[in-house]
Amino acid sequence: MLNKLSSFKMTKLVTVAAAAAFVFGVGVKAHAETLTVYTAVEAEDLKKYAARFNEDHPDIEIKWVRDSTGIVTAKLLAEKNNPQADVVWGLAATSLMLLGNEGMLQAYAPKGLDKLDPKFRDSANPPSWTGMDAWVASICVNTVEAAKYNLPTPRKWRDLLNSAYKGHIIMPNPNSSGTGFLDVSSWLQLFGEGGGWTFMDGLHENIARYTHSGSKPCKLAASGEIPIGISFAFRGAKSKAAGAPLDIIIPEEGIGWDMEATSIIKGTKKLAAAKTLVDWSVGEKANKMYNEGYAVIGITALAKPVEHFPPEVASKMIDNDFKWAASNRSRILAEWQARYDSKSDPK
Amino acid sequence: MSNAAALAAQPAASGIKPKLSQDDRIMRGFILMVGVWMTVTVLLPLYAMLSKSFENHDGVFTGIANYIEYFSTPALFYSIENSLFIAIVSTFFTITLAFIFAYGLTRSCIPGKAVFKSIALIPILAPSLLPAISFVYFFGKQGIINEVLMGNEIYGPIGIVMGEVFYTFPHALMILITALSTADGRLYEAAISLRASPMKTFFTVTLPGIKYGLISAIFVVFTLVITDFGIPKVIGGQYNVLATDIYKQVIGQQNFQMGAVVSVVLLFPAIIAFVVDRIVQRKQVALLTARAVPYEPKPLLSFDGIMFAYCCLIGFLIIAVLAMACYASFITFWPYNMTLSLKNYNFDVMDGGGWESFFNSIRMASYTAVIGTIIIFTGAYMVEKAKGFGAVRGTIQFLCILPMAVPGMVLGLAYIFFFNHPDNPLNFIYGTMAILVICTVSHFYTVSHLTAMTALKQMDPEFEAVSASLKVPFFKTFIRVTVPVCMPAILDISIYLFVNAMTTVSAVIFLYSTETNLASVAALNMDDAGDVAPAAAMCMMIVYASATVRIGHALLTRGLAQRTQRWRKR
Repeated sequence: MLNKLSSFKMTKLVTVAAAAAFVFGVGVKAHAETLTVYTAVEAEDLKKYAARFNEDHPDIEIKWVRDSTGIVTAKLLAEKNNPQADVVWGLAATSLMLLGNEGMLQAYAPKGLDKLDPKFRDSANPPSWTGMDAWVASICVNTVEAAKYNLPTPRKWRDLLNSAYKGHIIMPNPNSSGTGFLDVSSWLQLFGEGGGWTFMDGLHENIARYTHSGSKPCKLAASGEIPIGISFAFRGAKSKAAGAPLDIIIPEEGIGWDMEATSIIKGTKKLAAAKTLVDWSVGEKANKMYNEGYAVIGITALAKPVEHFPPEVASKMIDNDFKWAASNRSRILAEWQARYDSKSDPK
Repeated sequence: MSNAAALAAQPAASGIKPKLSQDDRIMRGFILMVGVWMTVTVLLPLYAMLSKSFENHDGVFTGIANYIEYFSTPALFYSIENSLFIAIVSTFFTITLAFIFAYGLTRSCIPGKAVFKSIALIPILAPSLLPAISFVYFFGKQGIINEVLMGNEIYGPIGIVMGEVFYTFPHALMILITALSTADGRLYEAAISLRASPMKTFFTVTLPGIKYGLISAIFVVFTLVITDFGIPKVIGGQYNVLATDIYKQVIGQQNFQMGAVVSVVLLFPAIIAFVVDRIVQRKQVALLTARAVPYEPKPLLSFDGIMFAYCCLIGFLIIAVLAMACYASFITFWPYNMTLSLKNYNFDVMDGGGWESFFNSIRMASYTAVIGTIIIFTGAYMVEKAKGFGAVRGTIQFLCILPMAVPGMVLGLAYIFFFNHPDNPLNFIYGTMAILVICTVSHFYTVSHLTAMTALKQMDPEFEAVSASLKVPFFKTFIRVTVPVCMPAILDISIYLFVNAMTTVSAVIFLYSTETNLASVAALNMDDAGDVAPAAAMCMMIVYASATVRIGHALLTRGLAQRTQRWRKR
C-alpha cells in the first residue's frame, strides 16, 4: 500500500517536474548562426524570403518574428533596454527612423549600397537603414458594390469629398496603422497643412469608419463589405489576383508612400552574420525577389511591372519628406485624434 | 506521545498557544510560498503599472501629468462614457434574458431542461470575438439579414451590445439558476393561501429570495462587459471603449505611459463592482433552513408553453450565431464565391502564426490547467486547513480574491512593465510560454480558488484531526483523502482554466511572442488584417477543442463520481 502510494507520488512528481521543465525550459538552440529577424513582411512571403537567402548563405538560419508594423515597432521600443532582435528586415522606414531617434540602430554601409536609388537609404553616412521596396497608397474600389450604389469611380483624392460617397469609404486609423499615417502625411504635404486638414474634414464626413489595420480597408472592399477602401496597392493587387471585383485607383494628385527597410539593431552579438544578411538584402537577387510583389524597388533599374499593379505608380509617388513626417508624427496624430477620433463628432 | 496527539486534536481551543508541529511549519512555509507567488504575479506587476502611469516617456516621475493629459484629450475620456453605456445596456439585456431563461429552467415544468442548459452554456466555449464575427455575416453590408437593422450600422454600439449579451449570457445564467434553485416552497404555499396574485408573489417572495444572486450576476456581467476587448475590437467600428483604447495606445502608438493611465481608469469600475459584490456576498445568509421545503414547480399549461417557446427561441439564437461562424468559415470568398472549401483553414499563409498557434493554445491551456490546478488547489488547502497564522492567511485570502478585479488587458500590460524590466531577475521568462501560463493562471485565479475553498469547506475538519492524532503527515492525508474527495472540484477547476486559456485574448495579447502565438490572438489578428472568414475558422477550432475537452470532462466526472463520490450517498 505504502509502496503503491509512494510510486504514485513519484510519478506525479516526475510529471509535474517534466511539465515544468517543458514550460520553463526555453528552447536553447545552440546554432551559432541563428539571426533573430523582426519583420512586418506579409506572412505568406516569409518562407520565400528565408529560402532565397539560404540559397546563398545556408549557414545562417533566420528566426522570424513577424507582426504588423505597429506591433513590431512597439515591440522593438518596449525592448529598447534589452533588445532581442539582431536585424530588422522589412519594416516601415518611418518606424526605423523612430528607432534611430532612440539610438537603437547600428549604422552600416552594406556592399552594393551605391546601386540603390538615393531615396532608398538613410541620408546619413554610413546609413542606419536601407530601403527594399516602396509601399504606396491607393484606393480600392469594389466595382460591383459601387455600381449597386451608383457611385462614380474616383480619380482624384478630392473626388472622395463628393457627398455621394457618404458612408461608403473606409480608411485606416493613422494612430495604429502605418498606411493610415502615410495617407495623412501625404495629404498634408500635397495640399499644405491647412488644405490637408480641410480635405480630411470633408473626407471624415464620408468615412463609414476607421480601421486599425492598413490592409483591412482593401480586404473589406474586396469582400464587398464597403465599396471603397483607402489602402495600399500591394494589398489591392493581391486581392484582385484572388478574384475580387476590384479597381485599384492611383489618385491623380499623387500618392503617399513609405518603404520597407532593413537595419541592424545596435548591440547585436552576431554583427558579422547580421552584416551578411543586410549585404544580401540590398543585392540584385533580393531586389528581384521584392519585385515579385512590389512594383517600385530599391534598385530602380531592375524594376519590372507587376500584375494587377497600376503601371503609373512610380510616377505618382510624391516627393515624400520622411524627416518632416517623422519629426511631426506625434503632433499630426494628436491633431487627427482630436478632430476625428471622438464620439463628439457628428457621425 | 498521547499528550501531543491530544494537543493536536483540539487546536488552540484551550487558549494556550500550542507548540508548532512539523506539519504546521511545513504548511506555513507553503502559505508563505502562495503569498510570494501572488505578490510576484499580481501585486508587483500592478505596482509597476501604477508607477508607469506617473512617469514620462523617459521614465522620469512626473506626478499626475499623464492624467491631466488624459482628461484634456476628449477622444480618450469619452471612452469612459462609452464603456459605461455599453456595460449598463448590455448588463440590462443579459440579466433580463438570462433571468427569464433561468426562471423557465427552475420554475416551470418544461421538457428538455438539460438540453436547454447545455445549449445556453455553449458561448463559454467560444472566444468573445466569435459572436462579433458571426454578426458581421448576419448584419454586415453583405450580411444575410442586414435589413433587420433598418439601415443602422452593426459596427458600433448595436453590434457591441449584441455580442456582449451573447458572450455574458451563460455567466449570468449559471448564477441565476443557482439562486432560483434554492427556494423555500412554504413561502409560496403561504402566498397562495393568502391569495396573493402571481405578480405580487413574484415581487414579495421570488425577487427578495434571489436578491443576492441577482446582484452578483449584475456585477459579474458588468465587469465582464466593461473589461472585454474582443467584441469592441472586431465590431466596435468608430465606437471607442476603454479596453480598445489601451490596445490603441500601446500597440498603435507605442505610448505605454498613456496605456498605463487608461488601465488605471479601467481598473476603477472593475474594483468598485468587485467591492460591492464582496459586500453583498458577505450579507448572504442561509436561505434554506432545516425546515425548508424545496419548491416544486407545478405544471401550468399556458405558463409552461410560453417558457418552452422562450427557451426554444433563445436556444435557437445561440445555435444560429455559432452555426453562422461555422458556415462562413467554409465559404471560399464571401459573397462572390459561395462555394464551400477549406481555403480559410489554410492558416499558414495568413497573419497570426498559422496552425502552430492553434497547437500552442492547446499546449498553453493544458499547462495552465495542470499547473494552475496544482498551485491553486494546494494554495487553497493550505489557507483553509492551516492552524493559526490568522493575519497572514487573511492577507493571502485577499490576494487570492484580488485577480478578479483586475481586467485582463491591465494584467497583461502590467506584466510587460514588470517582467520585461532589464533589472528583473525573472526577465528570462518574457516572451516564453511560461509567462503566458503564469499570466493566465493569475488572471483566472479567483474563481478557481473560490471553487476549491467551497469544496474544502465541505470536508469535515475531523479528517485532519484524526490524521494528526494518528501521526500521519498532513501531505499524506492531503493526497489520500482530500484530493480524491475533492476530485469533482479539482476537475471543475482544471476545465475552467483550460477553456478560459483557450478563449482568452485580453491578457495575452501583450505577452505572446512569435514562437508562442495563440489561436485566440491569431483570430483577432486575422480579423484585424481583414481576413474575417479565417478568423471565424480559427474561432471554430477553439470551440471544437474546448467542446471536446468539456465532453471528455463530463464523461470523466461521471466515471469518477461513481468511484470516489460514493460516500456522499447513503
